[in-house]
Amino acid sequence: MKLLTANFVQCSVKACSATPKCFPLHFDQQTADVPLELAHEDVDFSPEFIYNILPRIDWPALLITARELGNNMLPETTPEIENPNAPENEQILRDLHTLLLETQIIQGSMRCENCNHIYFIRDSIPNFLLPGHLVQ
Amino acid sequence: MPEYLVLLAQTHESFRKAELEALAVLENISVDLSSHDEKSPFLYVTLQDDDEAKRLIQRSILARAVYELWGKADSENALHEDVRHRSSSRFEKYKTPSFKFDFISHRGSRTKSQQRDMFESFDYLGFDGPIKMRDPDEIFTIIEEYEPAYHSNTDPPRLSHIFFGRFIGESQRDVVDKYDLKKRRYIGTTSFDAELALISCNIALAGPQKIVYDPFAGTGSFLVAASHFGAMALGSDIDGRQIRGKKARNITTNYDQYKLQSFFLDTFVGDFTHNPIRASFKLDAIVCDPPYGVREGLKVLGSRDTERYADKKPTVLENGDLSHLRPDYIPPKKPYHFDALLDDLLEFAARNLVDEGRLCCWMPTANEDYGERTIPKHPELELISNCVQEFNRWSRRLLTYVRKVREGDDAGLVSSHREKKVYSQVQFRDKYFSGFSATANSVV
Ligand SMILES: C[S@@+](CC[C@H](N)C(=O)[O-])C[C@H]1O[C@@H](n2cnc3c(N)ncnc32)[C@H](O)[C@@H]1O
Ligand SMILES: [Zn+2]
Repeated sequence: MKLLTANFVQCSVKACSATPKCFPLHFDQQTADVPLELAHEDVDFSPEFIYNILPRIDWPALLITARELGNNMLPETTPEIENPNAPENEQILRDLHTLLLETQIIQGSMRCENCNHIYFIRDSIPNFLLPGHLVQ
Repeated sequence: MPEYLVLLAQTHESFRKAELEALAVLENISVDLSSHDEKSPFLYVTLQDDDEAKRLIQRSILARAVYELWGKADSENALHEDVRHRSSSRFEKYKTPSFKFDFISHRGSRTKSQQRDMFESFDYLGFDGPIKMRDPDEIFTIIEEYEPAYHSNTDPPRLSHIFFGRFIGESQRDVVDKYDLKKRRYIGTTSFDAELALISCNIALAGPQKIVYDPFAGTGSFLVAASHFGAMALGSDIDGRQIRGKKARNITTNYDQYKLQSFFLDTFVGDFTHNPIRASFKLDAIVCDPPYGVREGLKVLGSRDTERYADKKPTVLENGDLSHLRPDYIPPKKPYHFDALLDDLLEFAARNLVDEGRLCCWMPTANEDYGERTIPKHPELELISNCVQEFNRWSRRLLTYVRKVREGDDAGLVSSHREKKVYSQVQFRDKYFSGFSATANSVV
């Protein structure tokens, strides 16, 4: 699962989706069975794609996710970019590209702060199915 | 403005116009396609210039090629007259470039020497450039069409149309073969025909810098098709086995096979009725073939037994473990209505699509029952096309909706018409099987 995806998935429990605590899901507590494993996977760089989705990114949530995964280097607010092809913007767009598209969460777990349900990621694929007691 | 002839494939005719309309939107071309005739492989369009003509069909699956129209008639003699009349001012421009002639026949054929005679009959064009079979500067094409052989096999076929044109550009029809399911490493019983998956993604305006989502992704047929056109593809499915595939054959290895790895966003396992995508995250398009429960009946998360989880407590196993934390845990599921799922889909699309983003959704229709009322509607979505694929005993449709431009935020979007809706008891599944044999329902 890419970091970008962590920025748009929330707890799938219906009762949680009405609360702000359902997003982002948290990587702060991992289990011994499925320890957190990250990897870098190359993806062709498209400055336009990053530029296009930047307004869709929830920046405060991205800061939380990055911090929980050990990256404290992000700027505090969404970078302002007017021209994705201007040379002065290349570095920041490349950094975002690496963070959002090339950082893979191979396995681990994500926790909902509202209901504490844990979603596992295995072989890079998160599972959002719910146990019987969490489905109304 | 010059007139062009688009040569169309004689298949999936009801999708051709919708595809070209979508490509015109993508390329920002204003074009009148009203003369499109599903029975004819020819379509005349008026466009600004060659460049527009090229761009209009360069991504098309159902067009074959586009030509600058130099002449059209119903006999060879009349064709020459029309070429002289319509195009003599063009002759001079092509006096020196290298060129060759091409010949295409619909429902007919001519021997090589007959073709040569035909090419020679155009010597009044005065082309003095060298004839090059490979990479000529220009290709001039004669296209003829014969009437269908209704009468008897002995009657000589009758010429109905003949055209002369300058070749402008080709479509992408050849990729249909590249994505053919027979050559794809990971497929399943639900994999979607490659040609129609590509067409669906064209109609959805899949393209670079966009995110395309399939919430019923299965083996990922629409994902690779969307990625082929340069979109980042996202998929999910309630069935983890399909999403994960096998070790050496799965959606990721299909991406490797087509060298599209950089256009894969993600897949996840999830029930559409408990979708984890946040409301504020906008998608550019949704393309899908929803489950219509033909074989197994449609299931969503939940339990038929409402008592069982009434205390909202997890199930504890004898050894004290929580059952849902075991890797082999299978969440309970309950039956659901196809109509209700379609409504959920439209609601999700209204909420999560960008303004003018598209939902392309396949839907089976029992023929004798098809009517306006069976097409789902949503006040925020405009239905722009409805294309049919006919099979012997049933048909399915590709419905395309455009998310209307928002006037405010999405608050209060969940439409009230939803609450009181009663879903019909006769589901498509019953119709579908009753068409085959009286006992077929017992198979379900
Ligand atoms: C008609 S198939 C589409 C297959 C896909 N186009 C492919 O390329 O394989 C419908 C898919 O919907 C999935 N499905 C069924 N119920 C679902 C649900 N409640 N939520 C999400 N997916 C579901 C099925 O597992 C199946 O893969
Ligand atoms: Zn929750």
